[in-house]
Amino acid sequence: MSATANATLAHDHHAHDDHGHHHKETFITKYIFSQDHKMIAKQYLITGIIMGILGILMSVLFRMQIAWPEESFVIFKWLLGEKYAPDGVMTPEAYLALVTIHGTIMVFFVLTAGLSGTFSNLLIPLQIGARDMASGFLNMLSYWIFFISCVIMLSSLFVESGPASAGWTIYPPLSALPEAIPGSGTGMTLWLISMAFFIAQSLLGSLNYVVTVINHRTKGMSMTRLPLTVWALFITAIIGIVSFPVLLSAALMLIMDRSFGTSFFLSDIYIQGEVLAHQGGSPVLFEHLFWFLGHPEVYIVILPAMGIVSEIMSTNARKPIFGYRAMVASILAIAFLSTIVWGHHMFVSGMNPFLGSVFTFTTLLIAIPSAVKAFNWITTIWKGNLQMNPAMLFSIGFVSTFITGGLTGIILGDSTLDINVHDTYFVIAHFHLVMGISAIYGLLAGVYHWFPKMFGRMMNKNLGYIHFWITAVAAYGVFFPMHFIGLAGLPRRYYTNTAFPYFDDLADTNVLITVFAIIAAAAQVIFLYNFIASMFYGKKATQNPWNGTTLEWTTPVEHVHGNWPGELPTVYRWAYDYSKLNQEETDYVLPGQDFVPQNVPLQEHEEELNH
Amino acid sequence: MTVFLIIIVIALLGVTFWQMSKVLQLSKPKHTDDSQIANNEDNRKQAYILIAFTVFLYGLMLYSFWNHSSYYLPEAASEHGQSFDNLMMLSIVIIMIVQVITQFLLHFFAIKYRGEEGKRALFYADNDKLEFIWTIIPVIVLAGLIIYGLFTWSDIMNFDEDEDVMVVEIYAYQFGWKARYAGQDNVLGKANVRFIEGKNTLGVDESDTYAEDDKITSKLHLPVNKKVLFKFRSQDVLHSAYFPFFRAQMNVVPGMITQFSFTPTITTEEMRTTEYMTEKVETINEIREERSEDLMAQGDVALDPYEFDYYLLCNKICGISHYNMQMPIVVEGEEDFKQWLAEQATFEEYMKD
Ligand code: HEM
Ligand SMILES: [Cu+2]
Ligand SMILES: [Cu+2]
Repeated sequence: MSATANATLAHDHHAHDDHGHHHKETFITKYIFSQDHKMIAKQYLITGIIMGILGILMSVLFRMQIAWPEESFVIFKWLLGEKYAPDGVMTPEAYLALVTIHGTIMVFFVLTAGLSGTFSNLLIPLQIGARDMASGFLNMLSYWIFFISCVIMLSSLFVESGPASAGWTIYPPLSALPEAIPGSGTGMTLWLISMAFFIAQSLLGSLNYVVTVINHRTKGMSMTRLPLTVWALFITAIIGIVSFPVLLSAALMLIMDRSFGTSFFLSDIYIQGEVLAHQGGSPVLFEHLFWFLGHPEVYIVILPAMGIVSEIMSTNARKPIFGYRAMVASILAIAFLSTIVWGHHMFVSGMNPFLGSVFTFTTLLIAIPSAVKAFNWITTIWKGNLQMNPAMLFSIGFVSTFITGGLTGIILGDSTLDINVHDTYFVIAHFHLVMGISAIYGLLAGVYHWFPKMFGRMMNKNLGYIHFWITAVAAYGVFFPMHFIGLAGLPRRYYTNTAFPYFDDLADTNVLITVFAIIAAAAQVIFLYNFIASMFYGKKATQNPWNGTTLEWTTPVEHVHGNWPGELPTVYRWAYDYSKLNQEETDYVLPGQDFVPQNVPLQEHEEELNH
Repeated sequence: MTVFLIIIVIALLGVTFWQMSKVLQLSKPKHTDDSQIANNEDNRKQAYILIAFTVFLYGLMLYSFWNHSSYYLPEAASEHGQSFDNLMMLSIVIIMIVQVITQFLLHFFAIKYRGEEGKRALFYADNDKLEFIWTIIPVIVLAGLIIYGLFTWSDIMNFDEDEDVMVVEIYAYQFGWKARYAGQDNVLGKANVRFIEGKNTLGVDESDTYAEDDKITSKLHLPVNKKVLFKFRSQDVLHSAYFPFFRAQMNVVPGMITQFSFTPTITTEEMRTTEYMTEKVETINEIREERSEDLMAQGDVALDPYEFDYYLLCNKICGISHYNMQMPIVVEGEEDFKQWLAEQATFEEYMKD
């Protein structure tokens, strides 16, 4: 205990000498190679948004092909060029490449780096009362490695043989053999290199977050007083540290199979008139390795969103989060279970059916902590005084899509039922709702909520409302009907469904989905405008616009190095003293104010409710 | 049709942008409150919109189910498919009950407890009993589903060695399927891609006597009510043999033989004449005729009219023509099947030819 306290003090001291007056910041140290966690958070966010725009644009393009198969569109000609869209008709190569890169960008670049990179950097130091991350330098390094990874991934779009096209899951042999699909040439090499960089940045970032949470909490900030955002980001970082290295090893083995003639994943292959020398490997091994990361990855995506939503819901409901301990416990349970369910992606992979039973069991177990979370959120808004800020609407939207998407997981997690819906549009609908849309809502809620903290200005709320409602309607419009075409047996990753006349009567539904997708994408323009315009012309924010209790709202609006100009705040209570009454129940604990910030000492006769 | 839809999209986009510009005007500071924080007025308005949204959400669910009733997969054409369908139905019912209730509570509370100035929220941080209840209810429901699911799963997947089955190999390659019947001896001859040469495109081991009576075909015929054990082999990359009408699927993995068995129960002819299928095929043919007219107007050839056939399709991304890797399946009476099989050449005959 005292060692930690001393360390904090020492750090404190150092921060004081260092910051504020002397060294002048240049443009480069302030905006580019900044070591300040707040600036790095913004860098992650803006990079994530740019990648998000590209990812969504790609989905609109391939959705157009699905709705109006092999029709000619000028926009294809413009964006894809004569090679991938001769006469404006998208080729199958282009379709598969777009699907693959869309998935990769959305999962890794937007919802892993963009979401947890942004909010871990922004919130961990601010909410635990630290001057900065444990290592500002490593933090800067992790952003720049992320940046390199983005550049490599995007540059793969322009190579001669096209970008990776074997699906974001890059199962070999398809991803290992350029003879099998053109995208598995240089494009795949770049994909793998980009992912190696990505994993490196993720590990650097995660180690930093974990160390910061463990060592740099301010006085009084015990683990049981941590806001749920910090809990979620902390556990997310741990899951990342456990699972990303496994993906790295899979990627390295794949690189060796591709370039150095090893046979980890390849065996008995005859392609283009030739038998390959590879012998003895197994693609199923790759699937195990991939999903050992791949499944935890979806929790890496969703946990930060859960933390953000918990925080925003409580603040805007003016009520404590219901069942704080259960919320923390369920994060821990989800984190643990998430590492032992990966096999549910492999029920029909040829894996031993007994293993299938085990994975069904663990998978359905994970529904329990998830259900607890959903019920606790619903109870949090019960008898609240709901402030319908855009962030709050996105949080409510999150709970809604998380439930809708989560419930279908009960079907997919059941090995028997998975037999017939595996790899159909049912899966696409499921994971887009439960992780894609939900996590995007979490991200957007976070942006609306912490924009004042990041940029010192407010976003326009009316634009926020319009953005939310169009998005909410269109997102359900895309993904709810999609379940049903999956139940009808429509496979995913098909360039067109016209090769099967049996699917002809699904065409109208597919058109409907695409129309909603286009509307959803268009609605993001509103957000973009609001984001950029508010950054420069938004109304100046006050210190604590949402009347929050957490420590970030005790820092000055103008960013300072070291976050607090004076001493670090001391914490006396948990983060959820909203609408708490005094002993006589005549008024709030602080008269006339329905919230008590964490750095306010216990009042006379006040009991610290140990939740 | 398409043009019409594009117009709708453009019109909707137009409306969006128009709305946007209007809001931009509105959002310019007008009265006093330009704090960009929700006020009483916003809370009320957003709650009203939320009511409309809730209606939309339930409407969309109803619409999706209603729409689905015209294109759902017909009843399972295999023995285990019945239990699959039952389990699926049960799961969907449970899920939809939970969905309807929880979405209602979420939206209802959000509307009912909208903020008002001066209102006090209830400080309610914990209730162990409540939390216990909603931990235990999912536990019980899920335990039931897990147990039911696992029994069905082991019924489907565990294959009893002494059972009387017909062995058929399904061979996958970029981008097609072949079937290899085990022949009189019901044992497949050994095979490996390293034996592929000339006419021997499946790489069957010519020196293996079990291979002599094997029969290789490009269409899959199956006798009704006879259990078939499929052995899957891939020539190049991962594929997945997906038999949606039989509720069966297994990945096809190079370097490994995977298997799945099922008993077809409804012949192609019977399936074609069900009320559901006749209607569906009619609808599809109407759609195709309409499209044909468009095509012919542009000087293209018309589409063939459609007749229902079972099919096997590839359901694991396998390359450029993944979307068109299919094999028709014919389920027929035992006599018809025997006759058809007798007409097929054995591997030995085929190689000599
Ligand atoms: C406007 C929003 C979006 C639309 C319309 C959309 C649409 C789609 C569709 C239709 C597919 C399946 C294509 C196919 O299998 O042929 C797909 C694949 C995918 N999407 Fe999205 N998506 C959107 C946003 C997102 C988000 C937010 C995520 C984040 C998780 C995401 C992640 C993925 C992934 C991982 C795949 C699988 C790619 C693959 O099969 O390799 N998408 N998307
Ligand atoms: Cu998973
Ligand atoms: Cu295939």
